[in-house]
Amino acid sequence: MTCTDFLSQLTDYFDGQISAELLDEVRRHTAECSHCEVVLDTTRQTILVYRNNEAVDLSPELRDRLHTAIMAKCTGKR
Amino acid sequence: MTAIQSPGTEEIHPDVALVARAKDGDQAAFEQLVRQYERQIFRVAQHITQNREDAEDITQDAFLKAYEKLEQFQGNSKFSTWLVRIAVNESLMRLRKRKTSKTVSMDEDVQTEEGSIPRDFAEWRPNPEQNYGQAELAEILQKTIQGLPPGFRTVFTLRDIENLSTEETAEALGLSVPAVKSRLLRARLQLRERLSRYFRQTKEGLPA
Ligand SMILES: [Zn+2]
Repeated sequence: MTCTDFLSQLTDYFDGQISAELLDEVRRHTAECSHCEVVLDTTRQTILVYRNNEAVDLSPELRDRLHTAIMAKCTGKR
Repeated sequence: MTAIQSPGTEEIHPDVALVARAKDGDQAAFEQLVRQYERQIFRVAQHITQNREDAEDITQDAFLKAYEKLEQFQGNSKFSTWLVRIAVNESLMRLRKRKTSKTVSMDEDVQTEEGSIPRDFAEWRPNPEQNYGQAELAEILQKTIQGLPPGFRTVFTLRDIENLSTEETAEALGLSVPAVKSRLLRARLQLRERLSRYFRQTKEGLPA
């Protein structure tokens, strides 16, 4: 497996949709190639750091206001 | 005419009954759907537009559209996916209206290979959560995702932040599954490369 082959498997790897055979090859490649090992690890951290630090959310007040506005808009149509 | 639930072991999503009731004019059922998805729709809109007022407007408009078009919802996809699709379209339209933003379709901005080929091979140690305070980390994450082209930002938001499946993301964006996969790869790699500027390991005593 080349570094380019490795990259092309990365999405399926993270999605858990990779065949056992390819998974083996990915593992063998990252064991030998420190660059790809770092790419794998830091890409994983990229996904996790965004998933674990969801910055966007509604305060209860804003959510109440938004909910009321949505329902007023929709029911006003009927 | 015959788009009914496929028989067999597939579980019927609880939304199916709520949507059916809402179609019959049951306002409480529709309100329940709003309650279930208003936060997610707001987050998606906010991530794509990077603007809170826009996200509020879009959330209202998306539910209004869903309400008006409920009859057209065939149940071939999940209700939530259908709703996200409406919100994504509204968000991209909003970006297009902003004069400052020129690349806003799902197709225009994805030709670039910039940042798709890894260049930074430094490890991230300690990991970002250990190395930064929450507020500082949030600012870095926000600044970094803002720099992505909207088409990439949207794919990353739906798949990795909102945790939609690849198939649901494809449906919500009107893209093929392979197109989603390739955009997702590039979005992830570009974010990784940009974040590495902040998170890469620095040797003690030496400048970063
Ligand atoms: Zn390699």
